[in-house]
Amino acid sequence: MSRRVAPFFDAGRRSSLSGHFNRRDVLTGLTAAGLSPAATALLPVFDSQAARLSYELSPTKVRDGVWMIAGKQEAITRENGGAIANIGIVDTTEGAVVIDTGSSKAFGEALVRLARDLTGKPVVRAYLTHFHPDHVFGNQAFANGVVAAPEPLISGLAAMGEDFSSAMYYIAGDWMRGTEVIIPKTVVSDGVEEIGGHTFRTRVLSGHTDCDLVVTDETTGIVFAGDLIFLDRAPTTPHAELNVWRSSLAEFDKMFDRSALVVPGHGPVKEVAVGREQTERWLNDIEAKIRDCFERGLSATEAIAEPLPRWTQSIALARYEYERSVLHIYPQLEAGTWPRVDTSID
Amino acid sequence: MAAFGKTFCKLCSVWVAGCLILIAPALADMPKDPLNSVMWEDMHDEFFAGSKVVFDDRVVVVVPNIIENQAQVPVTADARALKDVQRLVVFADLNPIAHVLTLMPSKADPFVSFRMKVEQGTPIRAAALTADGVWHVGGVYLDAAGGGCSAPAVARNLANWADTVGQTQGRVWRRADGRSRLRMRMKHPMDTGLAQDNTPAFFVEDLQMRSSGGELLARVRLAEPVSEDPTLTLQVQLPASDNAVTIDGRDNSGSLFKSSIPAPFNPS
Repeated sequence: MSRRVAPFFDAGRRSSLSGHFNRRDVLTGLTAAGLSPAATALLPVFDSQAARLSYELSPTKVRDGVWMIAGKQEAITRENGGAIANIGIVDTTEGAVVIDTGSSKAFGEALVRLARDLTGKPVVRAYLTHFHPDHVFGNQAFANGVVAAPEPLISGLAAMGEDFSSAMYYIAGDWMRGTEVIIPKTVVSDGVEEIGGHTFRTRVLSGHTDCDLVVTDETTGIVFAGDLIFLDRAPTTPHAELNVWRSSLAEFDKMFDRSALVVPGHGPVKEVAVGREQTERWLNDIEAKIRDCFERGLSATEAIAEPLPRWTQSIALARYEYERSVLHIYPQLEAGTWPRVDTSID
Repeated sequence: MAAFGKTFCKLCSVWVAGCLILIAPALADMPKDPLNSVMWEDMHDEFFAGSKVVFDDRVVVVVPNIIENQAQVPVTADARALKDVQRLVVFADLNPIAHVLTLMPSKADPFVSFRMKVEQGTPIRAAALTADGVWHVGGVYLDAAGGGCSAPAVARNLANWADTVGQTQGRVWRRADGRSRLRMRMKHPMDTGLAQDNTPAFFVEDLQMRSSGGELLARVRLAEPVSEDPTLTLQVQLPASDNAVTIDGRDNSGSLFKSSIPAPFNPS
């Protein structure tokens, strides 16, 4: 059984690791020190086998002038270089607009090249849907001011970026070479932005993280939902507030027709109703499961071993994300629901 | 020249033989480590010197497949498949402080779940001492990014952390088989003394669980690697006539923490 290290540190440790020696320092330090490949190969942290350093981005057409680069339905690994999130590209007369920038500097650069190949124009706007590293670490490839995000996303990335970066270097290894945390300069909020004959509506929601941006290209009708919607891939919860997430999903019902096409954060393009309902079903079912384990007095390791509902067998990474969610939710339940029992403290 | 070579070889062989004699008894007592840890010999000497040690699959250590937070790694140590377990010791070979906790299950199962800090990938082992004086050792290798022992406690970011030290929450589940599940959480920073903010070691080191009638059910000796706000799961044998589990805790600064978890017996 292979044990994996998840890419997200606990939110509670937000400031505790700042100033910490991190893996990126190790990697860049080695190259700066001019160590030979033979010497670096002896270090146990890195595989001796070199990673394939080019991302093969293959766009699928969503509608005329709109493409999606489908993320792999996997966890972030040293094999996939973190290319697990869906990325959107929209062609406008002014230039290309992208939604999310991918997992690394190299990914961002490949995305810029692909957008130019598809549209014949440079990228004039890159919207970030939320601060998770598989969606934002390609920022470096874009010109200053092109990358735009809501304010809470910007401050969240400023606080957590280095921890995310350390984790990403540890997990994805050489794919991350040269990647730095780039904090977006352009702020978006609820509203519309006209770009090259397209109207982009931005709506700031939350629940998957404390700031989740939904971008709709009203000209083509395509919705980019970020990680508020997962389809056929288990939702992730390291920074989630499940009740808030469900409220945001209810907002989708008000904002869009059920048949509107959605590019989810992870998974295939389908009508909004499909992904929205599956995401909510997952959140409801795993929360009920975890609460049931908790109420029965199981410890976290025992809860992790419990069976999942049958329908989740067709969902990629169901067991993996369920385990992670136990680790996220259990401490909240313990702290939040057990009665105080102390009688004296001297 | 040839004579010198011969003498040299003889001296060498005497030296080698002497070394073998010196180390042979230690090697004979020490079973080969299935996890192949470079620290196994040290761990053996530290925890089991002079005792018989066997690796035994009946002592199980469970950790998650995914390590989400190096400062809060859930671990279950379970030796319920063995009889007459006197104590259950959990340690991590490659942690800067190897000893994690020791459970002395007077009237309890040799079973404990908790969360711990890991500084790097390491074997996590549980060793059960049975009444015949034999240590039964089980364990797993845990892969982790590390840094859990040297990161300051989350409480250190809170101005009022001292106000909550010792606050305890918990619940007891009565079971039909007479074994009661006890889960508890105690607010405490559990400073390892290794954090970059130079906070000295400050941790809960002793917890004693008793029935409301005063009978000792279990005692847990905790060490620095137990996670901040220690959260433990135990299985105790609580007499039907008793209606609570009391907990007496002490930290290394001498603070005493008392709590009582209601456990009404419901014979339905």
